Amino acid sequence: MADIVLDKVSKSFPDGTVAVQDVDLEIADGEFVILVGPSGCGKSTTLNMIAGLEDISSGELRIGGQRVNDKAPRDRDIAMVFQSYALYPNMTVRENMAFPLRLAKLDKETIDQKVDEAAKVLELVPLLDRKPANLSGGQRQRVAMGRAIVRQPKAFLMDEPLSNLDAKLRVQMRTVVSRLQKKLGTTTVYVTHDQTEAMTLGDRVVIMRGGAVQQVGAPQELYDHPRNLFVAGFIGSPSMNFLHAAVQDGGLHTALGDVPLGDRVRRELEAADAPRELILGIRPEHFEDAELVDEDTRRRGIEFEAPVDIVESMGSDKYVYFTVEGERASAAELEELAADAGAADFAGAGGNLVTRLSAESPVVEGQSRRVWFNLEKIHLFDPTNGRNLTLHEGRAAGALAD
Amino acid sequence: MSINAAPTGAEAAVEKTGQRATVPTQRGGRRKPPLSENKKAERKLGLLLCAPAALVMVLVTAYPIIYSFWLSLQRYDLRFPDQREFIGLENYVTVLSNEFWWTAFGVTTLITVVTVAVELVLGMGLAIIMHRTLVGRGLVRTSALIPYGIVTVVAAFSWRYAWTPGTGYLADLFSDGAPLTERASALAIIMLAEIWKTTPFMALLLMAGLALVPEDLLKAASTDGATAWQKFTKVMLPVMKPAILVALLFRTLDAFRVFDNIFVLTAGGNETSSVSMLAYNNLLRGLNLGIGSTMSVLIFLTVAIIAFVFVKLFGTAAPGSDDGERR
Ligand SMILES: Nc1ncnc2c1ncn2[C@@H]1O[C@H](COP(=O)(O)OP(=O)(O)OP(=O)(O)O)[C@@H](O)[C@H]1O
Ligand SMILES: [Mg+2]
Repeated sequence: MADIVLDKVSKSFPDGTVAVQDVDLEIADGEFVILVGPSGCGKSTTLNMIAGLEDISSGELRIGGQRVNDKAPRDRDIAMVFQSYALYPNMTVRENMAFPLRLAKLDKETIDQKVDEAAKVLELVPLLDRKPANLSGGQRQRVAMGRAIVRQPKAFLMDEPLSNLDAKLRVQMRTVVSRLQKKLGTTTVYVTHDQTEAMTLGDRVVIMRGGAVQQVGAPQELYDHPRNLFVAGFIGSPSMNFLHAAVQDGGLHTALGDVPLGDRVRRELEAADAPRELILGIRPEHFEDAELVDEDTRRRGIEFEAPVDIVESMGSDKYVYFTVEGERASAAELEELAADAGAADFAGAGGNLVTRLSAESPVVEGQSRRVWFNLEKIHLFDPTNGRNLTLHEGRAAGALAD
Repeated sequence: MSINAAPTGAEAAVEKTGQRATVPTQRGGRRKPPLSENKKAERKLGLLLCAPAALVMVLVTAYPIIYSFWLSLQRYDLRFPDQREFIGLENYVTVLSNEFWWTAFGVTTLITVVTVAVELVLGMGLAIIMHRTLVGRGLVRTSALIPYGIVTVVAAFSWRYAWTPGTGYLADLFSDGAPLTERASALAIIMLAEIWKTTPFMALLLMAGLALVPEDLLKAASTDGATAWQKFTKVMLPVMKPAILVALLFRTLDAFRVFDNIFVLTAGGNETSSVSMLAYNNLLRGLNLGIGSTMSVLIFLTVAIIAFVFVKLFGTAAPGSDDGERR
């Protein structure tokens, strides 16, 4: 067990691609850290550099306080789990799990004992004499985990280990991974595409984009206090709504009406180089049916009326989709997010507004409805660089803060 | 006219064996003992799809094979056509008790074993180089394949000139005698020419096998603590085994029929004849259709046995049969 420190680590490939750029990351001993980001953002490359499977172009990597830039994978004492499982097809489950121990030249008795132990933890005992080809996807995944845990390495590196499993199995394996990591207390770096895995599994989440780290923090912190447009749009499902907002006499003109601004944001906007147009971001749960809001709360937000498109009743609450007129929010980050999620999943920047209203709301498809939203929870982004203007000392403070 | 028909027929028979051997090979690898209804239907469809090709092959190969076998049961020397007569297996007794045959058989076996072994090692090295090179990949691959692209007879002649005393650069460099006229050195030169010529083919087949080894598997082995050599022997070789067996099968069958190089380099002098040379000499030079056909049939049988052994190896030891299900 050990901590892992990335100190300005960069990777450029011979063809000139810069896959990872100046990544600074300190992973504490025993911590479970998740790397997320869209496809091609450098997650696997980062992981491979930690494992020693890719050379580090510049910067320093320390495992357990020791510089390991030039150490071969076999001397770093880390175990890796792959999306493809990467089980040795010619070996049985037992031999697969024993392989790292055999290479470490342990005696046969110790090997057997350790393999049996790991097999018990992962419920693989009846499968020990099978070949990988005769296992189900979930079983193969557990064997891959088993091979990683048998030798008690300094760290686990996992590259989308659950992506090849179907939805149900993925949920099951998620808890297996989570429990295993807690039990063993081994430092773990976990790469995923999956929102839910990112939010539920790790102690901290690292969001990457184009090879650079966007924000590092606990899942809830990233959700509540996104540092920029990209993080705001990436975290959350359904994603945050983004609207075009024009700065006008100390307020904002948006498709949802005129939004008043507090002193702090106004001061920001008075600077000479301040943008004249912003992007307003608001999460679905910060809307409410205007009828159901009490007076006290009402004062903290504003209301608007729009035609209802679709109502999806979830039992506990309702997802209501509205059509709003007006200019679309546009920024490079939003396009990138839409491309990564597939246009259908990322409605954030379109003319569609996704809201989550109370189950009691009598909203009906095809009619117009008055909706209230909370100004204390909105985020304002600079479309040129994506910076969150409502963020103050790392906390999002809404539009009205003084 | 019939003089020509017989030898080409016999040669064709041997030729076809090499190709036919691959068909049961592949099927053998996938064989699973119990067949469900579904599998049976699938198998039937498979057989139906193979049928046209198999039919053509039977038509083209069956006649020459049967005809050579028929010839091998007769005393039939074109110099004495009057003495043509059915003699049963007498020709086989003659050939199998003949020391020239066994010398040729020994030479052929020696050439086969040595060249295939050396080619496997060199081919593997070449395959890895071709697989791994990142810069100038096309150039490396093309230049490695040049020997394979040259017609064997042409290459054989250039080797002969190179080893001819007085005119050849290699002969002057390495010996003061005439290396092609001494048995040991002549055999070595024949094998050298064979290896030079067909190693690229081996490398090509093995490279296809290398492409079968998933990158993740090697990465996994690295993090599991394997050295480069351990990765090669414990991960790559087992995964490549089916490809290696295919390469060995092809090359062994080919090597056992070695002819061109010997024909050009020594013409079989100093007991350097291979069995194919001997059959050729008896058929075309000696015009003895009976004895020549007998030899052809014996070569055919040997090649069939080699193919059979390889097919057995496939059946029992191919990790591909595990892998295969993930197609
Ligand atoms: N060997 C290579 N040569 C050149 N560029 C490469 C190489 N390997 C990866 N890249 C590039 O580096 C970038 C990062 O790749 P990486 O595999 O780390 O992405 P990723 O975040 O893991 O994506 P995914 O989620 O799709 O797995 C990509 O733009 C990719 O095209
Ligand atoms: Mg990846």
